[in-house]
Amino acid sequence: MLGYIDNIREISKRLLDEGRVDMIIGFRKGTIPLMNEPCFVKNSGELSTLVWDSNCGINLANYLTDRKEKIGIVAKGCDSRNIVTHIIENKIKREKLVIIGIPCKGMVDKRKIAGMFENGIEDITEEDNIIRVKSRGVETSLNKSDLLQENCALCVHRNPVIYDELAAPLIEEQKSVDRYADVLRIEAMTAQEKWEYFKDLISPCIRCYACRNACPLCYCPTCFVDESRPQWCGKSQDEIDTRTFHFLRAYHCAGRCTDCGACERACPVGIKVRQFTSKLNKDCLDMFGWEAGLSPDQRPPLDTYKPADPGDFIK
Amino acid sequence: MKVIKIDKKDWAGGIEKIQSSYRLYGPVKSDAFHDFKALEKGELPDLNFSNTRVSPKSVVYPQSEVMFEYSLDEKDAEHHILKDAAKDYSPKAVLGIRPCDAASFLLVKRNFDTPEYKDPYWIKSYEATTFVGYACNNPCATCFCTTAGSGPFNEEGLDVLLVDEGDCYYAKVITSKGESLLNAAGWKTGADGGAPDKIAALEKEAGSRIASSVTTGRLKDKKTTELYEAPFWEDVSFACINCGTCTYLCPTCWCFDIQDENSGCSGVRMRNWDSCMFPLFTIHGTGHNPRGTKLQRVRQRFMHKLKYYVDKYDNGIQCVGCGRCIRSCPVNIDIRKVCDMMNSYDPKACACPAK
Repeated sequence: MLGYIDNIREISKRLLDEGRVDMIIGFRKGTIPLMNEPCFVKNSGELSTLVWDSNCGINLANYLTDRKEKIGIVAKGCDSRNIVTHIIENKIKREKLVIIGIPCKGMVDKRKIAGMFENGIEDITEEDNIIRVKSRGVETSLNKSDLLQENCALCVHRNPVIYDELAAPLIEEQKSVDRYADVLRIEAMTAQEKWEYFKDLISPCIRCYACRNACPLCYCPTCFVDESRPQWCGKSQDEIDTRTFHFLRAYHCAGRCTDCGACERACPVGIKVRQFTSKLNKDCLDMFGWEAGLSPDQRPPLDTYKPADPGDFIK
Repeated sequence: MKVIKIDKKDWAGGIEKIQSSYRLYGPVKSDAFHDFKALEKGELPDLNFSNTRVSPKSVVYPQSEVMFEYSLDEKDAEHHILKDAAKDYSPKAVLGIRPCDAASFLLVKRNFDTPEYKDPYWIKSYEATTFVGYACNNPCATCFCTTAGSGPFNEEGLDVLLVDEGDCYYAKVITSKGESLLNAAGWKTGADGGAPDKIAALEKEAGSRIASSVTTGRLKDKKTTELYEAPFWEDVSFACINCGTCTYLCPTCWCFDIQDENSGCSGVRMRNWDSCMFPLFTIHGTGHNPRGTKLQRVRQRFMHKLKYYVDKYDNGIQCVGCGRCIRSCPVNIDIRKVCDMMNSYDPKACACPAK
């Protein structure tokens, strides 16, 4: 994917110089290994700051919400699906956007890599499928395919679903991926086991809301946990309040989540937040044949009614 | 200064001895991370760590703390009267706290313990605590303590400083509180005469490994209004998602919110950490929010730590250089970069990266 950046810069330059967009939203090189920072560029002379590599996991659709400018945005498969969701939900207008599509070969799991090098990481470089990590002066070569974020390893929509420009030719989608093994494992548990499992899962939560804020779907002007009249949810470390937050947040994403992994990536305490949303994604697929954000012309299943909708849950 | 030598084979035994007189806290590993937790009987602190993901500030200042209890039952003679919640201020000790984190308590003290206002909960909890530090022989790449008023062997805020010397720990006795703990543990063997030199050599080596820094010298001379209006804030704040990671992980962030929580006819008044990154932090009862935008909130965090605090206390920045906010920020906002931008800002030159 490293070769993409020349095309991204070239396309961005053309868009800015022709006045088709006011700004480009992309990534610039991070100040620490395994991180890049979302940024905007308004002046085509500064496009050299843009980068593209396997550390661009943040979902940039999150930076489009309610913006009024004409924007050129760099979009991976998942970002593009969240852009579609934004268009459907009237959070951005299609005509305001020029989408620079990225056929994405997956982002690396920064925690997994950091966990492998106890002495810290001085530098990381990558080339095709090889990641080279320098720690205490010693270089180690690793296979990128072993280090992907879990959602990227399971991704079947790597190509952008909507785009105006392409940074590279479309790539082959992953076939025969077992996307819901984790969900099936939890579904097989008894109610009590599930309760304990989710209790343990969120026990380190510090209620910083990074999962919510990193998610492009969470754009409510005031989130239910921040409402104070009435106050639905307590603010302490009470585990019922923490559960209320996580369970309701997940349900608010039902039929909308693209499994971009932004929530999990953002969590400072390493909670596998996708364990909640994956189940809802699977249910939407099983019950409605629905995957979020594939087309701006289709309404999501939870805001439409069809006579054939499953109703077995109504007793 | 007195230096005690603790043979590592005497470590567990000493800890067992002090467990009856101190509530012990120390780094404990769960999954891939270490965090400071209360140690169970017989549990040892895991000192094989660089630093914990969340700071140890919660040992003195918990994320949620009940201050008062009350009854709303009008049949109760003392209904609607706040009563102090039961507290345990018996001695406790933090084992293995890093020097930067220990120094952070002195910064926070400037807020919670002033001639005018005294926060009883924080002060009593702080005074009950003995801080047993653990010098950093191998600082992380994101540590910038040496330019943030601390250092890998810094003693400020500590009662004892442990230095790992292979088969033993050298324990520098800094206060009488520290000496009492060492005595209670039965660690009394004085170190040999060469210990101070060995410690100094390790300290020098650790200092040379700190590869990261901030420049702060000109912050005080900058005009507050000019920094406030600097054009770089749009660029700095763009990526921010306004989560509370930086403030909740920070050892020096002290803000809290007070809440009453009722259950049936009884309730508690508690305080919980709050974050200037949240819109709710500043919203008024009218619905007006004086810090209604992301840019304003991001600016507030940096201006507080790197300008208002500097001006108010004349004692450096409100940061000890632990690097947690840099390591854990989901979008890579880096206080070192922002600090340098503020420190070198010249409104006349206006070298604004956002333009």
